[in-house]
Amino acid sequence: MTDKTHVSIRHINKVYGDGTHALRDICLDVREGEILVLLGSSGCGKSTLLRTIGGLEKKTSGEIYFYDQEISSVPVEKRNVGFVFQNYALFPTMTVRQNIAFGLKLRKLPREQIEQKVQQLLDMMDLNPYAGKKPGQLSGGQQQRVAIARVLAIEPKVLLMDEPLTALDAKLKEYLRIQLGKQLRQFGITTIYVTHDQLEAMALADRIAIMNGGIIEQVDTPAAIYSRPQTDFVAQFIGKINQLPGTVHKRGDQTVVDTGFVHLPYRGNREYREGDPVKVYLRLEDMALAAPGARGEGVIPAKVTQCIFMGACCQVGARIGESEVYFEAPNTVTLAPGDSIAIQINEDKMIVV
Amino acid sequence: MKKWSNALFILPTAVLFLLFFLWPVGVLAVKSFVGEGGFTLANYIAIIANGRYRLALFNSLWLSLVVTLATLVIACVIAFFLARSDFKGKNLYMTLITFPVSLPGVVVGFMIIILFGSTGAVPMATRLLTGTASGALAYTITGIFFAYLYFSIPKTVMTVYGSVVEFDIRLEEAARTVGANEQQAIFQVVVPTLAPAILSAASISFCTSMSAFGTAFTLANQFEIIPILMYTEYTNNFNITIAMAIFIGAVCVILNMFARTLLEKG
Repeated sequence: MTDKTHVSIRHINKVYGDGTHALRDICLDVREGEILVLLGSSGCGKSTLLRTIGGLEKKTSGEIYFYDQEISSVPVEKRNVGFVFQNYALFPTMTVRQNIAFGLKLRKLPREQIEQKVQQLLDMMDLNPYAGKKPGQLSGGQQQRVAIARVLAIEPKVLLMDEPLTALDAKLKEYLRIQLGKQLRQFGITTIYVTHDQLEAMALADRIAIMNGGIIEQVDTPAAIYSRPQTDFVAQFIGKINQLPGTVHKRGDQTVVDTGFVHLPYRGNREYREGDPVKVYLRLEDMALAAPGARGEGVIPAKVTQCIFMGACCQVGARIGESEVYFEAPNTVTLAPGDSIAIQINEDKMIVV
Repeated sequence: MKKWSNALFILPTAVLFLLFFLWPVGVLAVKSFVGEGGFTLANYIAIIANGRYRLALFNSLWLSLVVTLATLVIACVIAFFLARSDFKGKNLYMTLITFPVSLPGVVVGFMIIILFGSTGAVPMATRLLTGTASGALAYTITGIFFAYLYFSIPKTVMTVYGSVVEFDIRLEEAARTVGANEQQAIFQVVVPTLAPAILSAASISFCTSMSAFGTAFTLANQFEIIPILMYTEYTNNFNITIAMAIFIGAVCVILNMFARTLLEKG
């Protein structure tokens, strides 16, 4: 990955004929060689954005640049993007070999050169035993490899992938997530990857762009998205998290957030006034069961509301003042609703949005 | 137990097949090989040897082939347009386009006469415009060609339309993204993928044209085609007529099988 911007999306809007506003003023820069994952639930506009970049969908307004070139008027076949579809969209009447050669034949390359390139891709994607087979005779994982080989054949400048693992069963998906990650790094092609699967996004992405309702909520590295969500949506969407109400207090030039049981210095860059309500988030792993009667920094008394055995751990629900929180305790604990406990919380990890 | 119950379910179909297909066709097939001296190929030889029969057969094959090719081109264009666009009154249009399917052949013949008969709409109009009447081709092979197109197109449109609607548009998009322009995507991906549906529509169109009677009966009085010839001959030369029927049937079946193997080899 370089620092150079490869794909630049400027103020893209997409309004469908029926008035649905699918994309709202989207701005996004993707660096050369970067793997950027568009993550969101269905209907958030992530696929529409991907298809717009690929030229399969027309935008209503805005600009898309590949380096310095505005490509909106470039027809899809001239954009030189590799688009991998969710169902792979392999040509059913052609063999694996013919599928991979399709783009090369259109470019009227010499026959030997085509054969050499196809063979190279068959080797690379481990497809030699299936070269003469039709897509209908292949498994999901094999089809996915053919789909990738087919787009790599045209040496695309940008790789666009629309949920390429979603059609596979859970076990294969987990395996291919690792495989695909390795392959994408190896290709070194600027990749924009759409998924609704958080784990997939975390595993593959250099950066994740979280989409919701046609806007991008936050673009950041997986670690930053997880530990420093910027919006309520991102905080609630990624991972498991507890939400607590808080109030802002001013102490001199310091801003402090009060959750009723803990006072946190506010380190963010938003301007708050005395008494403003805020939301405070706390991840499950930043809480732990403390020794009975323990005291000290970050130890808070609570009352158990439920305790569910989950195998590797117990999920404990507890009431702290007015709020209910959940956290994970060792699977050896036995707690009953109404029990008094103490919870050790990691105050540094609390997130104020 | 399982096999026994399976057999029970197959039975009705087997009985129907035997009663309404195998038995009558078998009887006809046997009779087509019967002459005055017992078993003979004379009936089949007559179809080729007799100039009148040969011409009728040639007319039929040639006419059906041209009708099928023209139908395919027109029907595929209409089917693609209908499947890929949405407009007001599409439903009404779809209903109207299937209308000719339900018309008896004789009525289609009359409609051609109304249009292209010597006092039909087209000759009258050309006389008004140019002074001399032209286009009175109802009873020519061109008239029959139009009449056959008239009932062939709707059937083919319906078959192809269904498969175009079901066609996964992402295949076309995939072709576009790896460098195919619109025409290349259609002719190198869409058409080959839809080929089975298009081919089966074509073979239906061909077979219906080969055997269409009502329309031909109304219009074909200047030349002979097989169905009309069979109608005029079957009282005098019953066995030759049967031989023709079996022959045409065989041609259609072989064409169908040929198309299918061609597709499977792909």
